Amino acid sequence: MELTGWGRFPRFETRLYEPSSPEAAARLQPLLSGFAPRGNGRAYGDAAIGVTASILSRGLGRFRHFDPAERRLTVESGVLLSEIIDAFLPRGFFPPVVPGTQFVSVGGMIASDIHGKNHHGAGGFGDHVDAFELALPGGEIRICSPGQNADLFKATIGGMGLTGTILSASFKLIPVESALIAQETIVAQNLDEAIAALSAHEDWPYSAAWIDCLASGAALGRSLIYLGRHAKAADIAAIDPHRRPAGKKRPLGVPIDLPGFTLNRLSVAAFNELYFRKGASAAGKPFLNGIGSFFFPLDGVLNWNRIYGRRGFLQHQCVIGTDAAAGAIAEILGRFAKRGNASFLAVLKKLGPAGRGYLSFPKPGFTLALDLAMDRGVFEFLDEIDDIVVAAGGRIYLAKDARQSRATFEAGYPELDRFREIRREIGAERAVASRLSDRLGI
Amino acid sequence: MDEPKFLLVLGGGSDIGRACALRFAQAGWRVTLAGRDLAPLKREAEDIATRTGVAITTSFIDILDTPSFAAFETGLGGLPDAIVCVVGLLGDARRAETDPAHASLVMRSNFEGPALLLGQFAEGFAERGEGVIVGVSSVAGDRGRASNYVYGAAKAGLTAFLSGLRNRFGKTKIRVVTVKPGFVRTKMTAGMKLPPPLTAEPQEVAEAIYRASAVKPRDVIYVKPVWRLIMTIIGSIPEPIFKRLKL
Repeated sequence: MELTGWGRFPRFETRLYEPSSPEAAARLQPLLSGFAPRGNGRAYGDAAIGVTASILSRGLGRFRHFDPAERRLTVESGVLLSEIIDAFLPRGFFPPVVPGTQFVSVGGMIASDIHGKNHHGAGGFGDHVDAFELALPGGEIRICSPGQNADLFKATIGGMGLTGTILSASFKLIPVESALIAQETIVAQNLDEAIAALSAHEDWPYSAAWIDCLASGAALGRSLIYLGRHAKAADIAAIDPHRRPAGKKRPLGVPIDLPGFTLNRLSVAAFNELYFRKGASAAGKPFLNGIGSFFFPLDGVLNWNRIYGRRGFLQHQCVIGTDAAAGAIAEILGRFAKRGNASFLAVLKKLGPAGRGYLSFPKPGFTLALDLAMDRGVFEFLDEIDDIVVAAGGRIYLAKDARQSRATFEAGYPELDRFREIRREIGAERAVASRLSDRLGI
Repeated sequence: MDEPKFLLVLGGGSDIGRACALRFAQAGWRVTLAGRDLAPLKREAEDIATRTGVAITTSFIDILDTPSFAAFETGLGGLPDAIVCVVGLLGDARRAETDPAHASLVMRSNFEGPALLLGQFAEGFAERGEGVIVGVSSVAGDRGRASNYVYGAAKAGLTAFLSGLRNRFGKTKIRVVTVKPGFVRTKMTAGMKLPPPLTAEPQEVAEAIYRASAVKPRDVIYVKPVWRLIMTIIGSIPEPIFKRLKL
């Protein structure tokens, strides 16, 4: 059947398999050639579309064990982050790292070495994984950890599923005193202020900047900086019970594809202006926010990817090293502002140390993420943006990517050769192939 | 705190059984999953125990091995507060028409085994004066149809058995609930084309069972209410017409 990523571009035919257990997934692999594992399909581009076959991890959806003393949770790889939060937040535990959506699978979080608003202090999800079980292409099951099959461990974290199917994983949860986030918002009038503010507030566990990417000139990079920490019992006791935010709300949905004209320069500019003013008016006043609206604001609108219509959309996310970041990001934002392409969300975030994986995306610096509608010239435009990224020594996030060139990819990931070598050693070279690995020659 | 209540799920490896166990465990019940295949049952037990922090155990039962029922009950280490029976076998309807051994297997799996086992627990409940029995039967038992009448007849037997038990305990604190889920998206129906408005998810069935047994007592539940209407219509068609229909 036809599959796409979350961005709904590109579309490819693939055969779908849905093994009902980790053992069944391992047994299935040697029967397939050119397969890729697929979690909950939240990678934006072509990472989870197998060239001939795709192995869904939905049937690998069981929790295995929780050790309260160590706070270590072991689950099968198809378990969703939302299920972990539902089960453990009421018991006072939270995942160590969460991305911008809770509808990702644990296998997907490892394969993409996802990062969250706490990367500057906590690192990526891969940094918190103690061990996982990996089914090699031939079906053998290997336990991988920093001390056991360490090379496979490093290849699989951030490895986009290209070493085989992750069957289960163990990682530590963090203790929290409440289901709420104590939040503060800061206004930054331009990019320099935003970068300075993100660096000045590294003592907050969670931080990210929302950029109005239609602001230009002296206001280029105008943004709201969101700072957050898990609220303590005392924070909550200080608030009037009737005014406490709800922990989790039932999301609205976008039931059908919206026509392409819904998003245009004027509507987005109006939205951004409104959003910025609303945020700015609340700036400086600390308040308590629900986990959902702080970490997963877009999950509040189910299937929000449909607002871009059937043609889908692209997301561009790069990271630029600390020294070159201000200059390169100013240039990228300038190009976006000039082009006026609709961007629903533009996020700037400071990243901490590099990830553990050979193909991990995070490295010290700043990451910028933007959405783009599929309009004329968008591919050529993004190629120009990539030139800026490469010149500044940056890289593009594979979990978001649907279109970068091989040259851009190879320039950004210096440990690619080691990754390819390991793929050869375990017989994954042809056996495990996604549309992404095919496109990028991995 | 009160001692947690005890649920026994017969057919705990099924999708509906698993969903029921999770729903009751979320409400603080301790659960024993009973079934024939212990390895997958242990996987479900660990899943539910880890999600809820509640103790979940497993127990071996072969629903065709009726002489083992007494030992099975003793091995549970206590009489359950509620029992949900999801044991069943769809079988191959065509084969059941001509192969008596297969027909017998379908009849025994859907009627004889579940009825005898629930009947045995009903005696324990009668002695204690309290208990809830939930039997998952089927709309297929409401009227025999050409497409699967062996299965339907066995389920009709179970429905009648549950109805009889309910009548027997009608004036006591023992409750008997008959569940007719209609189409459910499970391993049993994987690959079938099911009409979405008539098809329930296992979680919906579990929620309905939990409500009917622990929140708002009910006697007979159709998970999707539209099934009650459909089965009323099917039940009211006169036999001379019904026998000519292809259903």
